[in-house]
Parts: sequence; structure tokens; C-alpha cells
Amino acid sequence: MTETTKARFSRLRALAIVFIVIGLLMIVIARLKIDAAQVSTLGFEKFGRQPVPSQLTVTVCGALCALTALAALVLRNARAAGASLAFSLLLVLLGLLTALAQGASIDLVGMLASSLRMSTPIALGAMAGIMCERSGVVNIGIEGMMLAAAAFGFGANLFFGNIWIGVLVAILVGGLMAALHAVLSIRFKTDQIISGTAINILAVGASGFLRRAYLVKAYFVGQTLPLIKIPLLSEIPVLGSVFFRSQPIVYTMLFLLPLLHVVLFYTPWGLRTRAVGEHPRAADTVGVNVFKTRYINVIIGGCIAGLAGAWFSLETVGSFEDVMTGGKGFIALAAMIFGNWNPIGAFLGALLFGFADALQIKLQILNVPLPYQFLGMAPYIVTMIVVAGLIGRATPPAAEGVPYEK
Amino acid sequence: MTAESREMTVQAPAAWIRLVTDLAVPVLAVFTALAIGAVVIWAAKANVVVAYRGLLEGAFGSVRNLTETLVITTPYTLAGLAVALGFRCGLFNIGVEGQFYMGALCSVYVAYAAKGLPVYVHLPLALLTGALGGAMWGAIPGFLKAKLGAHEVINTIMLNYIAVKTVDYLVKNPMLDAAATMPRTPYIQPSAMLPKLLPPYRLHAGLLIAIVAIFVVYWLLWKTTLGFEIRTVGANPDAAKYAGMSVTRNFVLAMVLSGALAGLAGTGEVLGLNHNLPAMFISGYGFDSIAIALMAKSHPFGILPAAFLWAALRNGAGLMQLRAGISIDLVNIVQALVIVFIAADEIIRWLYRIKRRKEEIRELVFTRGWGR
Repeated sequence: MTETTKARFSRLRALAIVFIVIGLLMIVIARLKIDAAQVSTLGFEKFGRQPVPSQLTVTVCGALCALTALAALVLRNARAAGASLAFSLLLVLLGLLTALAQGASIDLVGMLASSLRMSTPIALGAMAGIMCERSGVVNIGIEGMMLAAAAFGFGANLFFGNIWIGVLVAILVGGLMAALHAVLSIRFKTDQIISGTAINILAVGASGFLRRAYLVKAYFVGQTLPLIKIPLLSEIPVLGSVFFRSQPIVYTMLFLLPLLHVVLFYTPWGLRTRAVGEHPRAADTVGVNVFKTRYINVIIGGCIAGLAGAWFSLETVGSFEDVMTGGKGFIALAAMIFGNWNPIGAFLGALLFGFADALQIKLQILNVPLPYQFLGMAPYIVTMIVVAGLIGRATPPAAEGVPYEK
Repeated sequence: MTAESREMTVQAPAAWIRLVTDLAVPVLAVFTALAIGAVVIWAAKANVVVAYRGLLEGAFGSVRNLTETLVITTPYTLAGLAVALGFRCGLFNIGVEGQFYMGALCSVYVAYAAKGLPVYVHLPLALLTGALGGAMWGAIPGFLKAKLGAHEVINTIMLNYIAVKTVDYLVKNPMLDAAATMPRTPYIQPSAMLPKLLPPYRLHAGLLIAIVAIFVVYWLLWKTTLGFEIRTVGANPDAAKYAGMSVTRNFVLAMVLSGALAGLAGTGEVLGLNHNLPAMFISGYGFDSIAIALMAKSHPFGILPAAFLWAALRNGAGLMQLRAGISIDLVNIVQALVIVFIAADEIIRWLYRIKRRKEEIRELVFTRGWGR
């Protein structure tokens, strides 16, 4: 067993032990804190609502969580152990939802759908990050690219009176900000973290300036991208309402995800990109243009971040507010790390954050006796745990952050 | 460790030439950023001269305006020192905002809740708790980086959001002054207030604390073993490890000290200026302090002029807005451009044909991937 797989195993084991403890805690809490007579109603959209005894359900979830985590502990195959832990996580979430829905009802399908919706900007941001970082450029300016795109996209919507032009401008502005990052970090070899920070500050200034100078004068709120129901597919139970009754940027994200995966791992371009990110000298030797590859990847990544920006102002809110991206660009980086720089993995990470977000919104509506400020912290705390807990397991591209000297 | 090895600088040219070349890049960076700002003002169909005159008068036009600029210089100096100290250890502390909040939170509690203490006990106690609050908040990302290799940039940003929400909750609930119309804590005891320096004006003794802090940080970094270790870790963590220094310990230590300075910045605002902590306590010092530290090239003595310049921009922006109808956000744009020009100083060197000195080539590196 090599050093890294060993480390990976010990981390999985540590995680498994954590889940066993959580599972046991759930059983204890169900016993002490939940009234045996309480009923939680779990909704499944139009397929009916299932009232379940809260105490029993949480106990069962806790027990199953502990069991699956125990299985992860004894399994010798890392992949199987990981899958088993994923089940534990799902059971914890189910138990949590049941416990919170005491005497009330939570629509599980609706939760899934809103998790997917909330995860969209994070997944797009993570894809932007993957494009940049796979080619060897660290990008913490994704937040700024999103923010500037959200502001200018909304501005273009006002100016041209066409929301699609707004989306296009958002994509272009994201690409433009990324081009600045690319020039600074590739041509001028600036420290990429500082360059990214400058982009973030520039975005706060430029978007605030734009808003106060032009956008507030033209008071206009509400136009968002249309909801598109895909015929037939949207009628499929559960899947239909989660995936096929969405807005265009959600669809685009779902389309880009496999596309990026294929491009990165099954095309010459992807091979070159990864080579440039791992060992630019070797790539250069065999005739790959390192600078060009990096420029193109960073700028396309910025365009994707721009689309994520459009999600805020044009798909969800229909308006622009100061710093409306609220750290989603940074959370996207955490999702990217979670997914080990793979699009599909990053999407799963984004779903987790999207769920945390959807959950805290739901809980505020349900009037759970927890201050809303603490609920609002959830996505940020989850990000910290993910970054701290998984960083040792994750292996970033080897040449990341190092300017290439020809 | 011999005396020679500490003196690592190459034989340098005359002091004044060094000073001029050292100052050339930041000064020209600010000048160029303001020039681009002028283009933005022009594009927004406002009068550039009126706008920049307003900026200047707003910052220095009267004793009142000048003291107000100094009032803003105070937290800027401390926050800039916090970022600079992190830079020296190779850490990018973007969490100054959060540490600032935690400092303000901790100090305001001690300052209003402890009653009947004499000034010479209460004031130092409140200052100390504020610094501790910031230090604690800085210790978290320092520890996470040292032990788990988690990059401090993401963690400090996340902690900023968490700090804002924590302060919002505490000020609106357990610490709320029920008599107030806006959500805020009770007023602090007079025994915990920082005295005013020029009574009718708001300038307070926090400025003196900030100036003392400059010398303390200088002394710490260049005259103590601790500082030598911090700088060595910042310059080359591998070499530091090889020399038997604990890289992880220095990471945590630098973040604690950096957080303490940021916390002190927040404390000064509470004890010297607001005398309470409102829920809508928006500082915006976090990002500004990065620009200040970069402008000062992370040297404590450079922090004060950089902070003063930045405070002048902030303070003058109000009058600029009033006179020329230009949003104060222009200052943010100028600020981002200054960071760009100083970080990518090749642009400035190319624009103004300034040659690079040999010894300057090695610069601080923050981008070391996402951990390990």
C-alpha cells in the first residue's frame, strides 16, 4: 500500500467513526428529545404525503447510519467504503429532515429540486475553477467574475430590454474579467492569489458603481429567465420535477457537466490542458503551447463563471443587489476541491452545498427555533469542514499556481 | 546563526536613491489608478476636476476633515499591519474583516458589562479582550492550515461571513440594548472609552495605539528570534523546516498575532468612536487593508503613509460624491487598480520605464496550491 492510499484510508476510517458517533447520537436524541407521539409528514410532491412517527424514523435512520459507517470501517475496498459512507450521509440528512418536520411537513422532492437549483451557481463556479486549475492557474477571483457578470448582465437586460442579451453580456463580462486574471498571472507572472483578490475587489467596486450610477435610477425588478418544462420528460415521477422543470441556466449546467468531463478526459484538448497543469515543461517540449492553453482555459472558465453570475441576477432574483453572490464563488472552490478537480465530483460537492442552502431557507420558513443567523452560517461552516477534511485526500494539479517561464 | 547570515541583503546603492526607487512604483501605481479613475468619471459624464477637487477638500480641506481622515487612518493602520504581518509569514489573511468584528464584539462586551472599574484597569482590559477576540478568530484558520493544510484564503473568507452573522445574532439578542431604536449594544462605560485627542473633534487615542503598534511589529519582526523565524518561514518554509524551525507553530503564531492586530482595529472603533456596537456594523476594512499592506510592501513603516492615503481617499469620497455626483464606489475601483498595479508592478515599470533592482527579484509567494 502506498503512502497516499494509506493516508486516504485513515481519513475514510476517521470519517466512518465520525458517522458512527453521529448515528448513535441520533438514536439518543430521538429517545430523549422527540416526543413519541409526534408525527412528521414527508411529502413526495403529488404522489402523496407520508406521515411517519418522528421518533421511530429518526432512530431507524441513526441505526442504519451507524451500520453503514461500520461497514465502511471494515470494508477493505476504498471505493466501496466511500459509497457506504455516502449512504450514511444520506441517512443523516433524512433523519435531520424528519426531526425538523415534527408536526409539520417537508416535501422531499421539492427539497431535491431546490437543492439542484441552489447548487447551480456553485457547480458552474466549480467548473470554471476546474478549467483554470487543470491548466495550472489558481483562480480565487471566481466570486468577482460572478459578481461583475451579475451586475453587467442585469444592466444589459435593462439597456437592451432583452434578457437573453443580458445573459450573453454576463458571459462576456465573466470572460473579460478572466482575461485580466490571465494576463496578470500568465503574462506578468503576478502572484495568482493576489491577482484573484484584485479581481474580487474590482468587481465589488465596478458593480457597486454601476448599480448606484445607473441601475437604481431605472427601477426595474422581477424579469427572470423563463421556466421551461420539457414535454414528456417533465412528467416522469420525481426525476421530472427535479430535473426537467427548470430554468435555462440549470439546464445549461447539467449539459456542461458531462461535456466538460468528456472534453477534459477524452479529447486531445483535455489531455493538453491536463499536461500543462501537471508538467508544463514536458508539455512544452512535445510542442504544446503552454501560454495559449492557459489563456484559453482561464477565459472559457471565466465565461462559465459569468453564466453563474447571470444565475443570480437574471435567473433567480431579477434584479441586482450589492455583493449578491454572497461567497458562492469561494464555496465553488470548496466544491472543486471536494470533487478532486473532477467535474462530476465537484457537482456532487455543489449538490451538498446546495442542499445546505436549500435546507436553511426551508428551516427559516418552517420557523425552526434556531436563530436565522446560525442557519445562514451552515453553508460556510460546511465549506470549512470540507476544505479542512478533504484537502489531504485531494491532489491538485502539480503545476498549479506556478507561472511558466519559457 | 551568525551575524552575516542575517544580513542577507546585497550591497545597496545610496540610501536616498533606494528610497526614491522604492517609492516610485507605489506612487506611480496610485497615480495611474487615479488617472484611470478619471476616465471612469469622464465616462460617467461628470466633471473630473470638480470630482477630484472634492476628493482632496473632503480629505484635507479643514481641521475637521483632516482629523476625520486621521480617524479612519487609525483602523487602517492596525488592519494593514495585520495583513502585512501575515504576508511576512507567507500567509494571506483575508480574514481581517472577521477578526475586526470579533475584536469589536469582545471588547464592547467587557466595556459595557463590567461596571465600577477604574480607568486604568477597565480600558486596558477592554483593549486586551478585543485583541484576544481577533487573535482567537485568526487562530482558527492558522490552526487549520498548520494541522490539516487547508488554505487560509478560503477559511478566512468563510470566517468573515460567520463573524458577521455571529455579531448580528448577538447584538440583536443577548447583547441588545432594549432602549435603543436601532439594534445595538448598550453604550460602554466611560471608564473604557479611549480619550479624545482634540476634544471637539472625534480623533481619539486609538491613533497613538496604532503608531505604537507599528514600532512593536517592527521590533518583533526584525529584532527578535520569533520575528526572524516568522520571516524565514515566509521566505522559504522548506529552508525554515530544514533549519529546525516549526513551520506549523509559526503559521499559527503569525495568524494569532495578525488576528490580534485586526481585533485591536475593531476595538479602537468601539472604544474610541462608536461607544457601542450596532448590528449594521459594516467596516469594509478587510479588503482595504490588503491594498495598504501591498502598498507598504509589508513593511511596518510603510503602513502609516499607505493607511493615511487610503483614509484620505475614503474620507474625501463623500464630498466627491456630493460635488460631482460620482458614487463613492469609484474609490473601490481605484483601490483594485492600485492592487493590480502594485502586484503586477511590471506594468508600471513598463509604462514609466523603471528598472528593477537586482535584489528585488525575489518576492513573496502565496500561491502554493491549496494546501500541504
